[in-house]
Amino acid sequence: MEEFVEATITVNGKPVTRRVQPRQHLIDFLREELGLTGSHTACEHGVCGACTVRVDGEIRRGCLMLAVQAHGCSVDTVEGLTDNGELAALQQAFHERNALQCGFCTAGMLLTAQALVATAPEATREDIRDFMSGNLCRCTGYQAIVDAIEEVIATRRKGARA
Amino acid sequence: MNDRTELERLAPAPSAEKPDAPARTKTATGYIGQSVPRAGARRLLQGRGSYTDDLKLPRLAHVVFFRSPYAHARIRKLDLTKAGRQAGVLAVFDGRAIAEYCAPWVAVLGHLKGIKSPPQHAVAIERACWQGEAVAAIVAESRAQGEDALAHVEAEWEELPVVTDMEDALSNRSVIHPELGDNICFKRDFVTEGFEDAFAKADVVVEETYGFGRHTGVTLEGRSIVADYNAGEHSLTVYHATQAPHMMQDIFSRHLNIPEANVRVICKDVGGSFGIKVHVYPDEMATAAISVMLRRPVKFVADRLESFLTDIHAREHKATVRLACTKDGKIVGFDLDDLTGIGPYSVYPRTSGIEGNQVVNLTGGPYAHKNYRAKLNVVFTNKNVTCQYRAVGHPIAVALTEGIVDLAAQKLGLDPAEFRRRNLIPDDAYPYTFPSGLKFEQLSHHQCLDKLLELMDYKGLRAEQKKLRENKVYRGIGLAAMIEVTNPSPAFYGVGGARISAQDGATVRLEPTGMVTCLVSVTEQGQGTEGIFAQVCATAVGVSIDKVRVITGDTGTTPYGGGTWASRGAGIGGEALLQAGKALRANILELAAAVLNVDKNALDVSEDAVRDKATGEAKLPLAEVGRIGYFRPDTLPLKFQAELTVTRHYTPREYGFTFTNGIQASYVEVDADTGFVKLLKHWCVEDCGTVINPMLVDEQIRGGVVQGLGGAMLEECLYSDEGQLLNGSLADYLVPMSGDTPDIVVAHISTPTRQSELGAKGVGEAGTAGAPGAVMNAINDALAPFGKRVNVQPFTPERILKALGKI
Repeated sequence: MEEFVEATITVNGKPVTRRVQPRQHLIDFLREELGLTGSHTACEHGVCGACTVRVDGEIRRGCLMLAVQAHGCSVDTVEGLTDNGELAALQQAFHERNALQCGFCTAGMLLTAQALVATAPEATREDIRDFMSGNLCRCTGYQAIVDAIEEVIATRRKGARA
Repeated sequence: MNDRTELERLAPAPSAEKPDAPARTKTATGYIGQSVPRAGARRLLQGRGSYTDDLKLPRLAHVVFFRSPYAHARIRKLDLTKAGRQAGVLAVFDGRAIAEYCAPWVAVLGHLKGIKSPPQHAVAIERACWQGEAVAAIVAESRAQGEDALAHVEAEWEELPVVTDMEDALSNRSVIHPELGDNICFKRDFVTEGFEDAFAKADVVVEETYGFGRHTGVTLEGRSIVADYNAGEHSLTVYHATQAPHMMQDIFSRHLNIPEANVRVICKDVGGSFGIKVHVYPDEMATAAISVMLRRPVKFVADRLESFLTDIHAREHKATVRLACTKDGKIVGFDLDDLTGIGPYSVYPRTSGIEGNQVVNLTGGPYAHKNYRAKLNVVFTNKNVTCQYRAVGHPIAVALTEGIVDLAAQKLGLDPAEFRRRNLIPDDAYPYTFPSGLKFEQLSHHQCLDKLLELMDYKGLRAEQKKLRENKVYRGIGLAAMIEVTNPSPAFYGVGGARISAQDGATVRLEPTGMVTCLVSVTEQGQGTEGIFAQVCATAVGVSIDKVRVITGDTGTTPYGGGTWASRGAGIGGEALLQAGKALRANILELAAAVLNVDKNALDVSEDAVRDKATGEAKLPLAEVGRIGYFRPDTLPLKFQAELTVTRHYTPREYGFTFTNGIQASYVEVDADTGFVKLLKHWCVEDCGTVINPMLVDEQIRGGVVQGLGGAMLEECLYSDEGQLLNGSLADYLVPMSGDTPDIVVAHISTPTRQSELGAKGVGEAGTAGAPGAVMNAINDALAPFGKRVNVQPFTPERILKALGKI
């Protein structure tokens, strides 16, 4: 029987302390222990990006990181970034352009896209396709996703110039 | 950050007075044809979807499966004792134990004459026939504990001869199921009268052999099921990521011996299906059986390796096709010899004979010719099973047809677009019967071709291509015309004895507040079914779309129906809903006429109120209709009974299938030094009849195209000669990502089907059907200066370099 260790992680702005198995992945911790089911597991291999969360401000694959590695870190998920409004512009653009079908990849897409939107105000369509290349969507054909992100970047650019 | 006003600005919350109305929507009637954002996407965008794996029930147990490491082996010893003693393990079962609760199945259909398959058990007994077949089940308090215990299963195996190659299977060198006599699951021979003569007299006959890699659906969400048996009422509730809840209800009932009325299948959000989640999977049946055995809820979610090993595969074909034509470019006929390997069992209940059968039905489909011969062999192999995956048979048939059509055009020195124009069935030739017997109601091949050539600037691209070739830049243009089976009648499965519904039903209910609830038997897999149903319902009843709530995916509440497969949701479920909505509108008018004491013919429903038809003046808000109908019927005439809930059903019957048509084009650049292909652009012109929501239709076509491109360029389930899957992870099995994918231009010709009032044909599979053929032709066009061709998918850099003689 594996030992449990204590981990304290700030999740969506609130510190939580749990006894976890050292082998438990961050994504399983978030989903199973905290009920944050907005992020998903799909390839469990670091390829598809469905489990993308943010750790200390950087996007990370929740399936490639152990929960104990997040001890002392700040973790944000789609639930928290929805509630604080940070993803609102992307969510609206995704909605209006139907940049999702089944929704299973969507949390990962939004978090990844937000990382681009926040850091690359001049990103071109090709840059967007390239940056989003680590996130698998099996439904849409990607075009609406690229369109939505492009629109949000353009709107922000206009806002910054105004 | 959590400032309330700021949050309101960024993400305004709906209120009781102002429901969650999607942006850019009309508040009046008439939503059909509008790009309405679907309301259901909002919660998915906020991480508040509810997929089967998200569900936790009290006393939930988790099942994991011990799977065969061999492609074909006899189980000499299977000792589960140690596994059963591991921490958290609740129970262990072998195939025999499960079989006491779950009857085996045989996947055959009466109308596929001669199809055969052996009985298949939920968990294999005595022998495993493919690597990954479940041979034992371990139930534990957590998935992790179950997986820990797997390491303690003690098994001894006797390896048996393995058949992985289709031609080897066809030779019957080693017969996988000796009791069946040979390895042939299904065969079909078809020839039209005068075929031999026509081919003998033809000026030109071209022939080529094509190969298609076995690939799979890769739904991002793995197959998921939570089965909850309640012994107190001998009932089974199954939360299931499925496309066909009623089909599964029937199957759980019959194989677990529980009355159908006691089985309820609930399909919550589904993370992609594409045909993968419409079949009976042994591990899912075992999960349900174990719930009955343990009298508690049990969950199974396939991990990615399990998905690759056991989700149905598809499209492993090798086919030789011949085309005969006159020297002035008139196609005389097609000749097909197709071989496909389906794994060791035909998949229940739809069978693994359908894909090959579709290839026979559809090859040569867009063209006006009278002579056709087809031979099909569907053989058993010791690989994972194959069955119906998005566009079933179409990507094969389209690539075969379009590949050989291009080859013929090349031989005749004709431009491929011009050769197609001379041979596509004329738009005024309908109704039309194809030599394989299929009947087309009304297609629009020539309108689609014209539109495509204009859209892509075909002449301009040809000029650009020519110019670039001078600089040793090798670009290619490929066309692929197609026909597609949609809105299937009972001719698809029902006539063969399968208990699979071709009809669907819709119930529409006016709520006391004036809201409208509709319950439809078609399911939502992410394609936007619920969104377009809201559009159809709002239009039919005469309410604004934010007043409509749609419920699908629950056998306990919705009418009986087929679900989502074969591009049938909009065309069949949509028509049932349209008729139900219209009937509710008529009943609302009856009630309003009684209240207002006027002739009902002078009234209409629009914009959430009963109105004077002539002036548009609001006479009675629907909330008032609801209030009177439900709370004050005492104020209505004595004999008047309000009927504010209506159900209607619809089955297409006039034609076996409502065929659609379309044409795609691909523009690629081949690097002759590396063999890499860059997909530059892709076009699709499609005729799906009435387009209910252009935005949803277009993105569904694009997604389909990308799935087709995946199969043509990247995806293949690779097996060793020993039947070992070599690429069971997403790091090794490649799928298209955003960087590999071109922009895709979509346009429509609209020829509504006259069989229904809605006029919608299916569209979900069109992109996948045509893309592989288009990209194959584009690559071969790029390779034309070298006098080389490729004809085995996927078109990997290795295959292209081999064709060029560089490796």
